[in-house]
Amino acid sequence: MKADLLGLALPVVPLAAGLAGLLLRYRHRGVAAALGTGAAAVALICAVAVALRGARAPDAGIVIADFGRLSVTLGTWLDGPAGFVAVAVGVVALCVQIYSVAYLHDDDRYAPYAAQVSLFTGAMLLVVVSGDLIALLVGWEVMGICSYLLIGHDRRLPEAPRAAVKAFLVTRVGDVGFLIGIVLLGLHAGSFRIAEVFRADLPAGTVTAACVLLLAGVAGKSAQFPLHTWLPDAMAGPTPISALIHAATMVAAGVYVVARLYPLFERSGAALTVLAVMASITMLLGALAALGQDDIKRVLAWSTVSQLGYMTGGLAVGAPDAALFHLLTHAAFKALLFLAAGAVIHAVGTNLMAAMGGLRSRMPVTFWTMTAGLAALAGVPPLAGFFSKDSIIEAAWHTARGETRIPGPPVVPGSISSAFPLSATAAWLVLAAAALTVVLTAAYVVRLWRRTFLGEPRSAAARTGHEPPWAMRGPLLVLAVPTVLLGFAGLSAAFGRRLGGEHAIAEIGVFALLPLALLALGVAVAWRRDPAADLPDTALTRLLANAFYLDAVQDALVTRPVTALARLARRADETVVDGAVDATGTGATGAGALLARAHIAGLPRATGAVLGGAVVIAAAIALVVGVSW
Amino acid sequence: MSTGQTMLLALLILPAIGALFAAAMPARLDRAARVGGTAFAAATFGAALFFVPGTTTPGTGAILPWAEIDVPWAPDLSLRFHLGVDGISYPLVALTTALTMLCCAYCLWRVPDPGRGRLLVALLLVLEVGIIGVFLALDLVLFFVFFEVVLLPMYAVIAVWGGADRRRAARKFVLYTLFGSVLLLVGVFTVVSATGTADLVALTDPATRPMSSGLQLFAFVLLAVAFAVKSPLWPLHTWLPAAHTEAPTVGSVILAGVLLKMGTYGLLRVAVGVAPDAAARSAPVLGILATAAIIVGGLVCLAQTELKRLIAYSSVGHMGFVLLGVATLTTTGFQAALIGNIAHGIVTGLLFFVAGGIKDRAHTGELAQLGGLRETAPALSGVLAFAAIASLGLPGLAGFWGEAFAVFAAFERGGPLWSTLGVLAAAGAALAAAYFLRLLRRVTHGAATPAVTALTTEGRLRPGELVAWSPLVLLTLAVGIVPVLVLGYSADPVAALAEVITR
Repeated sequence: MKADLLGLALPVVPLAAGLAGLLLRYRHRGVAAALGTGAAAVALICAVAVALRGARAPDAGIVIADFGRLSVTLGTWLDGPAGFVAVAVGVVALCVQIYSVAYLHDDDRYAPYAAQVSLFTGAMLLVVVSGDLIALLVGWEVMGICSYLLIGHDRRLPEAPRAAVKAFLVTRVGDVGFLIGIVLLGLHAGSFRIAEVFRADLPAGTVTAACVLLLAGVAGKSAQFPLHTWLPDAMAGPTPISALIHAATMVAAGVYVVARLYPLFERSGAALTVLAVMASITMLLGALAALGQDDIKRVLAWSTVSQLGYMTGGLAVGAPDAALFHLLTHAAFKALLFLAAGAVIHAVGTNLMAAMGGLRSRMPVTFWTMTAGLAALAGVPPLAGFFSKDSIIEAAWHTARGETRIPGPPVVPGSISSAFPLSATAAWLVLAAAALTVVLTAAYVVRLWRRTFLGEPRSAAARTGHEPPWAMRGPLLVLAVPTVLLGFAGLSAAFGRRLGGEHAIAEIGVFALLPLALLALGVAVAWRRDPAADLPDTALTRLLANAFYLDAVQDALVTRPVTALARLARRADETVVDGAVDATGTGATGAGALLARAHIAGLPRATGAVLGGAVVIAAAIALVVGVSW
Repeated sequence: MSTGQTMLLALLILPAIGALFAAAMPARLDRAARVGGTAFAAATFGAALFFVPGTTTPGTGAILPWAEIDVPWAPDLSLRFHLGVDGISYPLVALTTALTMLCCAYCLWRVPDPGRGRLLVALLLVLEVGIIGVFLALDLVLFFVFFEVVLLPMYAVIAVWGGADRRRAARKFVLYTLFGSVLLLVGVFTVVSATGTADLVALTDPATRPMSSGLQLFAFVLLAVAFAVKSPLWPLHTWLPAAHTEAPTVGSVILAGVLLKMGTYGLLRVAVGVAPDAAARSAPVLGILATAAIIVGGLVCLAQTELKRLIAYSSVGHMGFVLLGVATLTTTGFQAALIGNIAHGIVTGLLFFVAGGIKDRAHTGELAQLGGLRETAPALSGVLAFAAIASLGLPGLAGFWGEAFAVFAAFERGGPLWSTLGVLAAAGAALAAAYFLRLLRRVTHGAATPAVTALTTEGRLRPGELVAWSPLVLLTLAVGIVPVLVLGYSADPVAALAEVITR
């Protein structure tokens, strides 16, 4: 069989439903909801089938483009991680579609919204299943445009359009590198098919260049420093969108792609070092910024940035299985957290934690599910986040001590499996950042939890807040299950092998006491503060609230120079390039007028000129022909 | 006469008859004349669909037509009536017939001031004759003749049905492109007098390539500059924004959709085909200018304040990608250029249609006065968003393939120069995202401005718009998802052309 039809159905069904849904009129809410949830349900069923079926080798695919010696194929490679990630995407997408029916009950633009969510789901699944780099890029960018469209959805928020543009442009800047990286790989491997790229004998320089370029795109999509600035602003999108796109799936796509292409990355120490530094900065930066926010969604957004740093850190220290494990658990608990935050916002009518408090008794389902989510985020055992985060920290520990080797068969047959190319210093950096981030995470989690749910209500809306309708409560309960239980999968060797490792991912040893101690430290520090009190207005809190002013830096270094350059280019184009053309025109007209004036003369002068001309011509002929008299 | 030959003739004769028919009808039968003209345009489109990639006659040259007609016309001028279609020209012919048909159909419902729609339809059909002639001509002199046929009808379309400043724009268009034509004429006769033949099949066959390298360079520069004006290549582009801004909607669609392609097609088929050695020597210059077009076009768009002007400048950038593809002189680059041509025709055609629809309703194209379109005209703003997203080169829609693979081709050439050009071109694609999203933010998002609020009653799509736009939307998707639809035709001829260059 050329193409795996079940695998292709994964992206194709939601994409087709999304395209069809865009044609619906606004008033067809029911059809739109049926189409959206139906497509997500079909995708989920296909994903479960794919996951249960077990890993498959890449198929040949269908040729969709033919450029000389290279072609682009639409084909699948459903290895172990692809199946699991597809299931995660399906679950979250279905939850979000159901949740959105209630969350957007009074929004007249629900129909295009649901269609765009479907399109997004299809695009994400295309990234997950694709066995071809260009087809992967298609899904990658379509996700980006859906993210753009959905962030700009809410017409009541004046900042939404700007945030949407920013999200797309910052990721697009990274995607310049991503495209060139793919081009380099395709060019030197002679194929865009991932399996063939792995097989090709690529020079080390090419691998490093391509991997570092790919990392630019990964940094954009997965909100890694320095291209992370768009993610907090993207919270202007509706909360279900934040759960689906900006927490569970799209932002994790970068991590997934690096894991997918890991056989390339582990050949390049330079690329892994870049990844390690990026991850370490991102982890700490995100957690620190999360401490300084009062908007509940922005706390979660910065927390996502920080947790994505954990995943890329796991990749950098040679543990793609642990990174993928954290991707899966994070998808569950962070989607849960956003949807629960949506329920809170739905009840209170604001994102600001200053106006919340005391919601515990009025919203018990939301409270308990969100508590589970927050505990998982902080890494409280035995919730999911504990196992996955611990496995990354342990992997960093092993690599720092030089115990990690490249798994699998050696690249060069006959040689022994070589040492892992990441330097110990870089691994120590990741380990230190990850440990410190545990403390910070515990602190902002405790702050958010107490400020939202405990104490006295701090606004009238918080006093009358109530549980959301069942369409919103249901998804919370569904997502609470993996949030609590998924971690135990890490203890299974079969699960570990499916994610590309050799044994169980989470092997809890004595070392696990370190993150636990750090967690306790963070909780203890945060508990001493009064949750009702706003943050004091100091230079430090301002620094954290503004996330180290990196937005301003980006504005000064990129946005303003480009805008100025654009104005200059326009003026130069109009005055110099077109000016030359117009000057040619007026010059010709002027010269013509001058000549015309010279030809206006009275009769005597004209007669004189004619005679004079005749004499000149005669003389010229005489000179040229030669006079023989 | 074989059916292929009949169809070749039909491609030229049907629109010509249609033009005569439409123009000859009296004023009171204006609508009937437009219907008749549209029917002829549709028949032409049908004739174009008839072609199937035939079994080509084996040969050594770069052009192996599926069907051809070759009869002497004016032997003293070494002019032959030599037409043919192959995989490089066929997609462009199909695009031309399709867009002309859609434009004529659009005129059934909407005729720009000052009316007299039958004449507009007639001129569109005359334009079609000229453009198809250019794509079909396999004789250099004939090519030149058709190239010139296009000029005056387009002038009339802009000068009669255009906006407020139409006369100036039309004059600039005609004088500027006439300047290009003069160079083309000199180039054509340089080639013809040096080789003694005007037959493109023979001229592009390396077995019979008699021009010295100096002469080749001279001819190539003349031809390349002529085609660069038409394409347009920076810095010879300034006639384009003026013409586009003032032209009526259908004029802009034809101008951007197919007229510009005469330049890139000519560059690929004539200039590169006839003088491949000179093309190889000039390639770096061409590549640098093409990349400059991408960057400068993008920057100017970013500071642009008028809707149609912005789209016009975006064409400069897009054609930069096409020209970069040609300049690489590789199979991949040629393929990228061809699909870039087609994609730009579809997507920019759609963009100009939508921009025209917006200007018609809001009576302004100033970005400052537009805003909140999605509040009052959701369908209109939806199509605008779709077209803009396609035009910024989103993978999965038509515009992506030409741009990405032009970048690929630049890297394929290798070396510091071409790699730099590839990086810059890729950055230019990010610039395209910046200006198109800025456009969408200004026009569709935010609160509705007074000009936009006024169109609540006419915000819905009109029948003519549905008829003309939906095929373009579908084509954008189809070419985006299955680009092999276009690339499949050109794979063999492009490989043949690339081989000729390296030989």
